[in-house]
Amino acid sequence: MRILRRTCREAAALLVAQEDRALPWADRVALRLHLLACKACPRFERQMLTMRNATRQWRNYTGD
Amino acid sequence: MSVESQLAEHHAYLMRFARLQLRNDAWAEDAVSETLLAALSKPQSFGNRSQLKTWLVGILKHKIIDILRQRSREVALADDDSGDGQAELDALMFEKDGHFTSQPSDWGNPEQDLNSRQFFEVLEACADKLPPTMGRVFLMREWLELPVEEICKELQLTATNLYVQLHRARLRLRECLEINWFGNARTP
Repeated sequence: MRILRRTCREAAALLVAQEDRALPWADRVALRLHLLACKACPRFERQMLTMRNATRQWRNYTGD
Repeated sequence: MSVESQLAEHHAYLMRFARLQLRNDAWAEDAVSETLLAALSKPQSFGNRSQLKTWLVGILKHKIIDILRQRSREVALADDDSGDGQAELDALMFEKDGHFTSQPSDWGNPEQDLNSRQFFEVLEACADKLPPTMGRVFLMREWLELPVEEICKELQLTATNLYVQLHRARLRLRECLEINWFGNARTP
């Protein structure tokens, strides 16, 4: 299933991209598969979630 | 407290965000002056001091969007790609075979409360370090909360170009936060 294989570089790029756009199905499936098999990328994913959460808190803080 | 002194109290705060978003002192002055003038034309809104600040930021965002629209050509002027450090950042993060050079560090629970002034200062400093075009579009997305389609329309950018800018901005911001807040400076 080479079509579903992603390197960490590619997986990280998808994790960043999905902050701004919906990913095609094939990329979403491939990304999930990669995250199941990889140790590094789930950490990168949590960093992205932290950034999203942090930016939201910052946005609220700027208005208070 | 007089209307003037209440507004003066918020001037520096508004300027900080106008500068961060617009990356141009003269435009930032314009946006903040127009905000304060708009506020002065509705003095009845000055009753509640905590609400005043929120209300001023709301007006400021509209004024900033107006300026970005008027200045769209200058705003979207792509930064010189050669000096944007993208290739260096990629080489720092990844091996040739696509693996991470070192494991991304553990930033803790993504839901943790980062609601501290010091953290926001680091976040703002990191956003401020982005190249001007990248910084503007990133702030349009994350601070003004404009949809991608609208940013493209206002700045007459292609979606592809915008996604590239946002992508780079997020990677740089991540690197900057990793070094300056989460305290795991990568060895060069």
